[in-house]
Amino acid sequence: MTDAIPLIETENLTMRFGGVVANDDITFRLREMELRCLIGPNGAGKSTFFKSLTGQQIPTSGSIKFRGQSIAGKLPHQIARMGIGIKTQVPNVFNGLSVREHFWLAARRKSMPKELQRTVDEILELTRLTDAAESIVGTLSHGQRQWVEIGTVLAAKPELILLDEPAAGMTDEETYRTAQIIHDINRTRAIVVVEHDMEFIRQIAKTVTVFHRGRVLMEDSVDAVLADPRVRDIYLGKKVAA
Amino acid sequence: MTTKTALGLQLAALAVVIVGIALVPGYVQIFTVMQLTLFASMAVLALSLAFIWGFGGILSFGQTAFFGLGAYAYAVTAVNFQDSTPAIVMAVLVPSLFAAMLGYFTFYGRISDVYFGVITLTVTLILFNVANSTSGQEYHIGRAQLGGFNGMPAVPTFNMPFNPSAPLYPEQGWYVTAGALVAVYCMLRAILAGRFGRVVVAVKENEIRASLLGYDPRLIKLLAFTIGGGIAGLAGALYVNWGAFVSPNVFSLSLSAQIIIWVTVGGLGTLLGPVIGAVLIEYIISSIGSQQVVNANLVLGAVLLIFVLLLPKGLVPTLRHLALEVLHRFRKPAAPEAAPPAAAQPLGSK
Repeated sequence: MTDAIPLIETENLTMRFGGVVANDDITFRLREMELRCLIGPNGAGKSTFFKSLTGQQIPTSGSIKFRGQSIAGKLPHQIARMGIGIKTQVPNVFNGLSVREHFWLAARRKSMPKELQRTVDEILELTRLTDAAESIVGTLSHGQRQWVEIGTVLAAKPELILLDEPAAGMTDEETYRTAQIIHDINRTRAIVVVEHDMEFIRQIAKTVTVFHRGRVLMEDSVDAVLADPRVRDIYLGKKVAA
Repeated sequence: MTTKTALGLQLAALAVVIVGIALVPGYVQIFTVMQLTLFASMAVLALSLAFIWGFGGILSFGQTAFFGLGAYAYAVTAVNFQDSTPAIVMAVLVPSLFAAMLGYFTFYGRISDVYFGVITLTVTLILFNVANSTSGQEYHIGRAQLGGFNGMPAVPTFNMPFNPSAPLYPEQGWYVTAGALVAVYCMLRAILAGRFGRVVVAVKENEIRASLLGYDPRLIKLLAFTIGGGIAGLAGALYVNWGAFVSPNVFSLSLSAQIIIWVTVGGLGTLLGPVIGAVLIEYIISSIGSQQVVNANLVLGAVLLIFVLLLPKGLVPTLRHLALEVLHRFRKPAAPEAAPPAAAQPLGSK
């Protein structure tokens, strides 16, 4: 353990829905500017974990600390203002607004009026949406909507970025690009990525945390995790073996 | 370039409307001026719902609660002070505060949309019954007798600001009412073009996304709802000025329903649509009211059915779409440098 305060730290985090335990006693630490991948089969509790981190649900028990400050029980907008941004699993965008308006709304909080326009243009460039800037997001393709949401999260300049399946529905080329962008952002910010695509995990990951049935199964380097027989058994099996 | 052209067109449309308002009394009978004044006050009421429902996503079944409160606040203050200046202020203030209070408990209490509709409807019913049961001598505020179901007759109409000895003529009343309509329209346009307006629309589009970006949806909705309440209250004052009379009918359910019909027929998500919807439907109702062959409610119901089935988007969005289509077709064979596309957006006014 390091003596520095972790960026995000959960202790004994448990989330119950009636009889179902979605997150069971999760202890998780992330350093400043760390890049971490979360993997695990469907229903392992990854998205539930993200929802607790962003205040979309209040954990049944346990603590969540962001830079040593407790955030469990805070509302989503309060946590967002503290500097946690999330791209949710199902694209969560403003269908009736244009791409530019998305980035503008996100950037407005952190950027000074003078640099606001520049930030928006930069994000448009980064997500390759400059030509679609005035398009209504509801009319765009699924892949483009993914980019809109990623761009919206980035425009808000959060300290911690949570990406829930950012590469879902993207082409190979786009997936590769997403990996590049993640590396880029990671130079200044911490990122947690949930993904199923193992190629993608290999491209970006250093440390991987494996969720299984609501618990943390293991946490190690990407190679060690992918070589672990338990991980193969529960989830990866064929893909990695191939 | 295109936005500038659009703005220019809107300003031109605004100028035409203002000139039109100024010319009306010179060209029509006093009876028509009075009728147009009534329509304009209803159009202000339509704008209040157009804003909170069409842009804030808040469907209030009880916009008449604020309209009625505004009307009563105006009447009570005007009777007590014999001056319309503080009365108009109160007519905006009282419903705004009431909307803020009601909104606080509903939005911060995380009441879902359906229950919000039920609550606003119920509040209207309660106010209707309260106003109805104030007929005794003991129900008075200052010098103003509330009068129960008989209402309050002979309410002082508008006078020159701070000069009760100079009441406005009906023509001047028309200028004030139509002017208020234009002012409210422009104010809402400005709000929607600004920072706050964009956030309001964002919250309507996706509350979760807005909150994950750091915007508090409860607060945004509360502010939008309060603005809507204030506008409805102003409409109430304009209405009382028109008839010099207020009765519990300002809280009636049928009026509540009518506002929703105006907005639906004119076009949800526009400001111009509900204004046109209000004027058109009020005109139809008053025309039908002068003959005995068909029942007005029957026609109103038929109009709503036709619109919901055939033009679900409403009048203005449908016409805008048609105009764009036609323009598009005309432009295709023509040279590309024909007209700027902004001309296709009749965003201004009629």
